[in-house]
Amino acid sequence: MSELTKLTIAEARDLLRAGDVTAVALTEACLSAIDAADALNAFVHKTPEIALDRARAADARLAQGDAPAMCGIPVGIKDLFCTEHVPTQAASRILEGFRPEYESTVSAQLRDAGAVMLGKLNMDEFAMGSSNETSVYGNAVNPWRAGNDGAALTPGGSSGGSAAAVAADLCLAATGTDTGGSIRQPAAFTGIVGLKPTYGRCSRWGIVAFASSLDQAGPMTKTVRDAAIMMQAMAGHDPRDSTSADIAVPDFEAMLTGDIKGKTIGIPREYRMDGMPAEIEALWQQGAEMLREAGAKIVDISLPHTKYALPAYYVIAPAEASSNLARYDGVRYGRRAKLAQGDGVTEMYSKTRAEGFGHEVQRRVMIGTYVLSAGFYDAYYNRARKVRTLIKRDFETVFDEGIDAILTPATPSAAFPLGQMSDADPVSMYLNDVFTVTVNLAGLPGIAVPAGLDAQGLPLGLQLIGRPWAEGDLLNAAYALEQAAGFVSKPARWW
Amino acid sequence: MSIDRDTAAKVASLARIRVEDDALPALAEEFNAVLGFIEQLNEVDVEGVEPMTGVTPMRLKRRQDAVTDGDMQDKILSNAPDAREGFFAVPKVVE
Repeated sequence: MSELTKLTIAEARDLLRAGDVTAVALTEACLSAIDAADALNAFVHKTPEIALDRARAADARLAQGDAPAMCGIPVGIKDLFCTEHVPTQAASRILEGFRPEYESTVSAQLRDAGAVMLGKLNMDEFAMGSSNETSVYGNAVNPWRAGNDGAALTPGGSSGGSAAAVAADLCLAATGTDTGGSIRQPAAFTGIVGLKPTYGRCSRWGIVAFASSLDQAGPMTKTVRDAAIMMQAMAGHDPRDSTSADIAVPDFEAMLTGDIKGKTIGIPREYRMDGMPAEIEALWQQGAEMLREAGAKIVDISLPHTKYALPAYYVIAPAEASSNLARYDGVRYGRRAKLAQGDGVTEMYSKTRAEGFGHEVQRRVMIGTYVLSAGFYDAYYNRARKVRTLIKRDFETVFDEGIDAILTPATPSAAFPLGQMSDADPVSMYLNDVFTVTVNLAGLPGIAVPAGLDAQGLPLGLQLIGRPWAEGDLLNAAYALEQAAGFVSKPARWW
Repeated sequence: MSIDRDTAAKVASLARIRVEDDALPALAEEFNAVLGFIEQLNEVDVEGVEPMTGVTPMRLKRRQDAVTDGDMQDKILSNAPDAREGFFAVPKVVE
């Protein structure tokens, strides 16, 4: 296996600019790694011709000088991003054969910055899942294994293919999206960095919608510095998304000083869950100690409505999904069911949606339909939106009291075996997002940083939560944590 | 609040998802598991709290009320399961 695929974005950028490596060589190395890693089922639509065309163009641009940081960097794109004339299915049967006539704003910005798209990445269907097991493409597989146990583990979800691809060095970085933890949980399960920016930092235009008030795109990378570089290229105002913020995007990489002296980091007591594994608790305390040694002040804080975040999320997200997914009707794009003699439009809709949507998506669309239906709208949907206001207020209160960032575990466990949760109640799968979902409800930036290994040798992550629009400061705190934790482990190659 | 088989059938119909009769009891049970979890929200005192409409306080931008794109019938129909003579085709709607 070529060493080139192991490079970080920052290292590759410097080598490309110095002329020590070409974008074509880097891209070819990634394409070979991808072809040798079908067992991970991370890349589900490979685009080698597009990749090599873009790599050649990137080399030409680099030769002229003043190419942007992402120029010539091979990346994977989550299947949720519409990519022009390249299959885009959101890992769903209902979008079989869909080839968008347009490019999402985020993937277009990466393309225009010279990034090389290697292909589309596996994910949970419509980003609904925490284990990548709801995908029409089948499970993505975690490159990590527990000790000598050969059992296949989940890479997490919904951005499971992105996480597996970056952790296995199939690409230098990947895009993800995060509605309740779908960037941060898979990043933690695979020992990589995942950043969900402030709601509105990235345009949602051209990203298949799940829950529009919660969805955000973000980078999944090998290091915090890479997250800063890639975030820079993905962020910015877009007139085609009315919720994308028209505020300046700072130079995130320039803010990585590693100096957090005088910063105040909050430790929320409500995140200390009953039954939390001792290893996670210990890692959390070590993380706080590392930040203290780096000069930060560590204080206990309270976010009293934390417990209600998941139940509120499981009203709001399905409600928005039921509305967003109403467009999949078998008329304008995607799959249409075979109809029987005499079937009308209603049968066309209901048969198409029954065979096109997987079980979890059907369940969430129907839950959403129920909580929005006449007679239940106030009891469920409006109540959940009021609780959301209270959850956001909890964060505003601690930020007003001088907290700069909040440290929590990223996940309640390490990666679990694929299939382990198949007979479980749906709610037990939802608990994976217990530490991440508050951040989406409050619209805040959050980042998962790999911080250690558990007794089985599996990666564990910590999460830092920042003030709105303060991704630069958040990345700098994450950088300090990354330096102190010194996480360098890689999965042993078995695929 | 408990969802019975008839309510499950009604929700499936509202969502335009065909569910076979023999699958309804299991579906009702799944709904009840999720709704049981959601019921916790009733413990929260939300008196006088405004329901959130947007997470980021912002004023929506205005723009000129002008046509900014169009004339792309081929592109719009290119992914249709059934397109004929420049239209989306569907089963007969009106008898």
